[in-house]
Amino acid sequence: FAGLADVSISEDMPVEGEITVPVGSRSPDEDYSTLDEPVRDTIMRDLKAVGKKFVHVMYPKKSSALLRDWDLWGPLVLCVSLALMLQGGSADSKDDGGPQFAEVFVIIWFGAVVITLNSKLLGGTISFFQSLCVLGYCVLPLTVAMLVCRLVLLAGSGTVSFVIRLIVVVAMFGWSTLASTAFLADSQPPNRKALVVYPIFLFYFVISWMILTFTPQ
Amino acid sequence: GKRQASRAFSLYANIDILRPYFDVEPVQVRARLLESMIPVKMINFPQKIAGELYGPLMLVFTLVAILLHGMKTSDTIIREGTLMGTAIGTCFGYWLGVSSFIYFLAYLCNAQITMVQMLSLLGYGLFGHCITLFVTYNIHFHSLFYIFWLGVGGLSTLRMVAVLVSRTVGHTQRLILCGTLAALHMLFLLYLHFAYHKVVEGILDTLEGPNMPPFQRVARDIPVVSNAVLNTTAKAVALTL
Repeated sequence: FAGLADVSISEDMPVEGEITVPVGSRSPDEDYSTLDEPVRDTIMRDLKAVGKKFVHVMYPKKSSALLRDWDLWGPLVLCVSLALMLQGGSADSKDDGGPQFAEVFVIIWFGAVVITLNSKLLGGTISFFQSLCVLGYCVLPLTVAMLVCRLVLLAGSGTVSFVIRLIVVVAMFGWSTLASTAFLADSQPPNRKALVVYPIFLFYFVISWMILTFTPQ
Repeated sequence: GKRQASRAFSLYANIDILRPYFDVEPVQVRARLLESMIPVKMINFPQKIAGELYGPLMLVFTLVAILLHGMKTSDTIIREGTLMGTAIGTCFGYWLGVSSFIYFLAYLCNAQITMVQMLSLLGYGLFGHCITLFVTYNIHFHSLFYIFWLGVGGLSTLRMVAVLVSRTVGHTQRLILCGTLAALHMLFLLYLHFAYHKVVEGILDTLEGPNMPPFQRVARDIPVVSNAVLNTTAKAVALTL
């Protein structure tokens, strides 16, 4: 074999071929194919998953269900409803409105992305979309607060209603922050939890501030 | 497929470039926050600046939140753009823009400072701004603001100036660099206080009527409260002047 010593394959020539093993016609995956089921089943399954996550947010226990099967339906619904409810407030003149729909949308998603990047840079073990999912779902208490504020404002807008709104918004803000911390803090190294919690606190503070200063016209 | 995968991978690799700048502990952040208000005495020896971006970034976001609070309380009306966009644009623009400008000046004046260190230094210098604005947006007295502007703003400016002086050689260079930084930093605080106060002198006139003597027309901000507070504030300010 001495003659073959100087035969060499160049490094950048791709090696091609097929390594697939022919499978039998009945693989277990075919039984779980969700393409043939009725649309109602698909929608109900997704709705149930979203509903279960809502319950997890309202009663934050340290469970991993929120993290394992992340989805962004819930955050989208919450964000859209919050932005719709914040629409068109405190318009003194034609030029200035309250926070517009696009503004609220961008704040929520941009803020969530920044917090996720921050937690990843601090050495977190959670993935990008899992973190977005948790932060989005934890906006639920603040959406409830917005609903309550709108109802209270229908009754009147004096000092009493301001105090009620303040209490409700502060309580929901605390709930949101605690809920998201319960899910996210576990994925951080233990001595850096405060560094991750602070931006979450700021994020929900800004949203709470927008809710509290909403005055309908 | 491979090209998409490599593009996605390079995106993640870009995040990892920033990772060493976020490697801090909470005690370190707290220590640096407190240090940013203490001017150093030793300017003959180059002072160490930690090249960290977590603290400055959080301080800029805190400043954005405080600005929003101030703008809402004083009913600022933004014509083009949005409240949130203006706040974010102002704060980030100041942090990134002035850092780059001072870094450029430092390059011209042969100062030993890197871009990340400059970003970090200026970011921590915003801690004084945050404190001042947080206090003065809630307690509306102009004399209090001036005390805070000189005291707190001055302290954080002095610290930044001292650190820069310790890293520059030559009197003219030190003067240029530090003078520019001090001016920009103090003027920014002044701007943040006054630009986002809606000075509603017209409303003052309609509320007080023609009975108000001219020297009591002090420029001040109007929180959304009743006239009684307005009147007592006017009387108190007139008394202290």
